[in-house]
Amino acid sequence: MEVTVNGEKKRYDCRAMPVDALLADNRVEAPEMVSVQLNGRIIDRQRYRDTLVVDRDEVEFLYFMGGGR
Amino acid sequence: MIDFSEEQLQRYSRHILLADVGVEGQARLAEARVLVVGAGGLGAPVCLYLAAAGVGTIGIVDADCVEISNLQRQICHFTHNIGDAKADSAREKMLAINPEITVNVHYEYLRADNVLGIIGGYDFVVEGTDNFPAKFLVNDACIMAKVPFCHGGILRFRGQAMTVIPGESACYRCVFREPPPPDAVPSCSEAGVLGAIAGMLGSIQAAETLKFITGAGRLLTDALLTFDAKDMEFRKIPLSCQEDCPVCGEAPEIDSLIDYEQGGCALAGA
Ligand SMILES: [Zn+2]
Repeated sequence: MEVTVNGEKKRYDCRAMPVDALLADNRVEAPEMVSVQLNGRIIDRQRYRDTLVVDRDEVEFLYFMGGGR
Repeated sequence: MIDFSEEQLQRYSRHILLADVGVEGQARLAEARVLVVGAGGLGAPVCLYLAAAGVGTIGIVDADCVEISNLQRQICHFTHNIGDAKADSAREKMLAINPEITVNVHYEYLRADNVLGIIGGYDFVVEGTDNFPAKFLVNDACIMAKVPFCHGGILRFRGQAMTVIPGESACYRCVFREPPPPDAVPSCSEAGVLGAIAGMLGSIQAAETLKFITGAGRLLTDALLTFDAKDMEFRKIPLSCQEDCPVCGEAPEIDSLIDYEQGGCALAGA
């Protein structure tokens, strides 16, 4: 399958992949500091394991940025 | 409409020349009331640009005093201001740039029990806080009070911004549901930030404020602008209102303001 992650196309040798595996594959070290948007919907943190990413999906990892001072 | 003097027409001539601003837009700026939450890395450039732009009334919320470690990026504070209230230090520079404006100072940290009273008097809020409890509080209060605002965040070499029009566009909670666990948040002193990043992001927030007031252009709504200054890559990620958003969704479960526990920046306020 081909998935767009943060605007870049990526190929995977599988037909579907849970969100938590995609986070790990993209070396997101602190998933609790990231919101995941899949095709325009924000995915509930508790559902990373049972939400599947499939061919032509668009995924955004949106990072919490707390600084301001 | 305000009658500008010859001197004011000169002061604001580069705005007035803009077809999207003009004398009318400048008059709207003079009548506008904007609240800047945090007179730090983001708030400093925002305060200076809004003052220079002739925004008639600007409020500053900050309970902290200037420290030497602030000076690397918080450009409205000078070495001689160390120990002064940040709100006073910012006000001094803003009035030096433009004595025609009014600057209100609120020496407070925003809390669930004072935020609505403070933001209620303003047309637009610039969120330049350095901690998640404050970011979520400003979002929720602005949604409840229907006050538009611009969120900003910076970390190391990166920044993000989004403008929220309550009832119309995605809010901060649509994207970031709740504050991350405090132990996952890198502390300010651990993470660090390149000073100029604060200027980049603060200038974006100031521009959004001026656009909102004058009606020029299209706001940064339903999108998260992110940049990484290491390779100067900017991205504008489309967002949309989430129907399951806990504060602006169809069945919001948050109906009162929340004082969250402070994360990494344990003592940091607005
Ligand atoms: Zn929302």
